[in-house]
Amino acid sequence: MVAIPDPQLRDYSLTGRDTIRAKETGLANAEWYHTEVPRKVMKELMKRRDGPAIRDTLIWFALLGGSAWGGIAFWGTWWAVPFWFVYGVMYGSVCDSRWHECGHGTAFRTQWMNDVIYHIASFMVVRNPVSWRWSHARHHTDTIIVGRDPEIACMRPPRLFRLLMSYAGVLDMIDSIRTLLRNAAGRLSAGEKDYIPESEWGKAILAARVHVAIYAMTAAAAAGMFAGGMGWASTIPLLLIGGPRIYGCWHMLMTGLIQHCGLAENVIDHRLNSRTVYMNPISRWIYWNMNYHVEHHMFPMVPYHALPKLHEVVKHDMPPANPSIWDAYREAIPAVLRQARDPGYSFRKPLPPTAQPYKEVPTRG
Amino acid sequence: MAEWVDVCALDELDPEDVMRFDHGGRVYAVYRSENGTPYATDGLCTHEHVCLADGLVLGEEIECPKHNGRFNIRTGAALRAPVSVPLATYPARISAGRIEILI
Repeated sequence: MVAIPDPQLRDYSLTGRDTIRAKETGLANAEWYHTEVPRKVMKELMKRRDGPAIRDTLIWFALLGGSAWGGIAFWGTWWAVPFWFVYGVMYGSVCDSRWHECGHGTAFRTQWMNDVIYHIASFMVVRNPVSWRWSHARHHTDTIIVGRDPEIACMRPPRLFRLLMSYAGVLDMIDSIRTLLRNAAGRLSAGEKDYIPESEWGKAILAARVHVAIYAMTAAAAAGMFAGGMGWASTIPLLLIGGPRIYGCWHMLMTGLIQHCGLAENVIDHRLNSRTVYMNPISRWIYWNMNYHVEHHMFPMVPYHALPKLHEVVKHDMPPANPSIWDAYREAIPAVLRQARDPGYSFRKPLPPTAQPYKEVPTRG
Repeated sequence: MAEWVDVCALDELDPEDVMRFDHGGRVYAVYRSENGTPYATDGLCTHEHVCLADGLVLGEEIECPKHNGRFNIRTGAALRAPVSVPLATYPARISAGRIEILI
């Protein structure tokens, strides 16, 4: 007797049943919908500048340095807590948006600046700087296409406990460290081999070894301080390096999980599978305007500092943005809970009368 | 045999910009660099067949609009991941106020 796979069950691996299906149905590497924007306007929006990212990076480094200083200077008193809170977010959440924008090469006009910050942020966010560059390229080619996109955060049926626990950062950190160690040992998974060209495999392994060496030195420093009788203060190296990826990642998760969760899979219109959310200015600074997520996916060459302007240009063709993070969760949580019972369900936003209809069927060239 | 093919009037393409040019069933990208010099390459990115004419010209580089990979428009060299295969290039010139490419 031949077992027939349950159509409700999905195979999120990059070499499985849904990969074949995505290729056969034209969902892989498809031509996606995009809003028409006059070339002159788009050229202006795409224009690269160093100024905004230099300003933001100086502020970031100053906050990192200042909060680390305060955390150490006030060690042993309650005054240290707010400093470590700020340091945690600056390290464990800001790193994600800097990794992302510099990985696209759009944050700075000067490419070496993008590359330097990309490598620093990749280390902080515990991502292999080589493999994640390729994984993110695939995420943009095949956004939330099952069997193709390696960056789907909310798989179906959802693992609710895991999603909830992701806010604590521990499970994600364990996964990231496991991947780093595997890469450092010279091994790449089948999925990594699928989206990273073979010519880059050696670079991915080398990068993992450098990261592991820095973490090993950090752990050795903590162990040395403990052996030297420094007690709880021997945790300071771990609070400074690596640890913030756990205790400071909550903002990254808070903003990142509403990018796509609860929305459609296997569509070729970013308005159906991505979410634009209005946020407070502090969150937008931490997140580098990635709250304009539909716009970012539709036009990834527009730098973060121009996304608010792009939003104004295209919003006639977009579903209404969620007015707050809270509102986005009020939309996403019921949708994800329903997906636990009905994995085929997704929340579909109505379009304004000024918008073009959703594009849902792949066109094959 | 290759021949010079008319693309457009010079003033139809701004310096530091790119346009799509379809000819003989193929897609080309025709550029003017910052100083106005014309160049031509294949029109689709070697990474994933995205139309380069929707991208951004930065000096002598074209950035793919989908994944931000970059090529040198003069040599076709792949400069920035995720592109790794170079673009084919074609001679381009300005003749009597018009841009022509040799294809």
